[in-house]
Amino acid sequence: MKNAIEIYDINKSYRNKPALKNINLHVEPGEIFGLIGPDGAGKTTLIRILTTLLLADSGTATVNGCDIVKDYKHIRTSVGYMPGRFSLYQDLTVEENMNLFAKIFGTTIAENYSLVADIYSQIEPFKNRQAGQLSGGMKQKLALSCALIHKPDILFLDEPTTGVDPVSRKELWDMLKKLKKEGITVFVSTAYMDEATLCDRVALIQDGVLLSVDSVDGIINSFRKKLISVKSDDIYRLIGDLRKLDFVEKAYPFGDCVHTILLDSEADENMILDALKNHNHINLSAKQVIPTIEDCFIDLMENHNG
Amino acid sequence: MDEKWIVEVEGMTKKFGDFTAVDSISFRVKKGEIFGFLGANGAGKTTAIKILCGLSRPTSGKVTVDGLNVYTQAEKIKEKIGYMSQKFSLYDDLNIEENIRLFGGIYGLSNKEIKEKSEILINKLGLQDVRKELLKSLPLGWKQKLAFSVAIIHDPSIVFLDEPTGGVDPITRRQFWEMIYEASSKGVTIFVTTHYMDEAEYCSRISMMVDGRIAAMGKPSELKKELGVRNMDEFFVKLARSK
Repeated sequence: MKNAIEIYDINKSYRNKPALKNINLHVEPGEIFGLIGPDGAGKTTLIRILTTLLLADSGTATVNGCDIVKDYKHIRTSVGYMPGRFSLYQDLTVEENMNLFAKIFGTTIAENYSLVADIYSQIEPFKNRQAGQLSGGMKQKLALSCALIHKPDILFLDEPTTGVDPVSRKELWDMLKKLKKEGITVFVSTAYMDEATLCDRVALIQDGVLLSVDSVDGIINSFRKKLISVKSDDIYRLIGDLRKLDFVEKAYPFGDCVHTILLDSEADENMILDALKNHNHINLSAKQVIPTIEDCFIDLMENHNG
Repeated sequence: MDEKWIVEVEGMTKKFGDFTAVDSISFRVKKGEIFGFLGANGAGKTTAIKILCGLSRPTSGKVTVDGLNVYTQAEKIKEKIGYMSQKFSLYDDLNIEENIRLFGGIYGLSNKEIKEKSEILINKLGLQDVRKELLKSLPLGWKQKLAFSVAIIHDPSIVFLDEPTGGVDPITRRQFWEMIYEASSKGVTIFVTTHYMDEAEYCSRISMMVDGRIAAMGKPSELKKELGVRNMDEFFVKLARSK
């Protein structure tokens, strides 16, 4: 089966400042693909290029088999796009916004109602309210309904969970899983590393460069170092103490623990406990843990920066 | 011994007409503690923070910040606190030195103190070469570190951080948390409001607001155990939905 998205050597600069450098990746049909990276990494630029809203400086890409430059009109009818900033008409009502989008794409709310029913039914009681008067969570549901009203093959979402509380975040991801079941390919960007685990595959992006493209398991399996999670009641002092140990490569805060990467494979958590036993730490503990995507991101970032 | 309470709140209530935004909440925050103040949008977090910053008066209840009464000493409280938010902190169209000078002045430092503190701060953050550059030319991570340093430039008793680390890369974010740990180890109380649960994991203690009340309070590790959830995200969803 042909790929939903194929990207070859895409470069883009803004006033000589590179935003994307040699991007190559493909997205398989029907997968949830996550573009994961911090603010300013180039996520929005890449999405805008793929949705034909911005031209790359060099390189090519196809979306749904169509070239992003030559066939831009066709792409626009076959994809859905939910931008990071709320961009519906604030002075139109919920229903008017929906009707407008349906009409632009030559369809009706009724025709694809089943696809959006889950989300739209939650905001339908407010269908006569102006979009500008909705709460953040409801605005997002409306934006998603509008992006889906023409039953796109591929849905692009740019940071849909930024500024959203965990309950709405969970609802959104549940929704994306349902869309996947409908056969829609989902291309979603996020700055929250933990959301990577909800994707089939991810691309980690930093400073316009792809650090890795793989499944989350694949990325975690390629982390070859030994990672020890160390805890004590005084995290700040613990970080300093761990960094002084000659068998520790690095130590950094991670939630309520300190993640410690060991230099040689012979070393282990007992060596840490032993080395710190005279440092007066209260409730000191250490155990080996499986790295999270954030640990991998840190490691890849440092390797990349040399 | 040094169990000094910087925030003491007892039965704090705030009503707007018929609507009770904050419903008789009670909690205390210890000196040097990193306290996470969590809740969904609309749970009453912002209302509560405004009261603690001396910007709004509670309808009823006892509230003190660093021993000062919010009803009668709100102006004094403003001198004792620092504030930083991801959305608003420094001015993009002022340079780094100007930003420090402006906020130093607002926080009531003398010109001499501002000069001394500016030097220390610029050296500590390694900003010597860019001190005359406009803030907007700085990467987001640097802005955040600078914003935090400025928020504690007047050695406040407590600093309020509103969703401080959203969107930055994981390395910068850890440097930022180390700065927070450092400040806390020097006795500055840190009050973090956030609905990003991975930030909550860094706090020594958190409270979770649901519909104007505190639904849970304690160490993140104990709360996770209590509710039988793996992470703070699940904790949040479970509590916010159980209302």
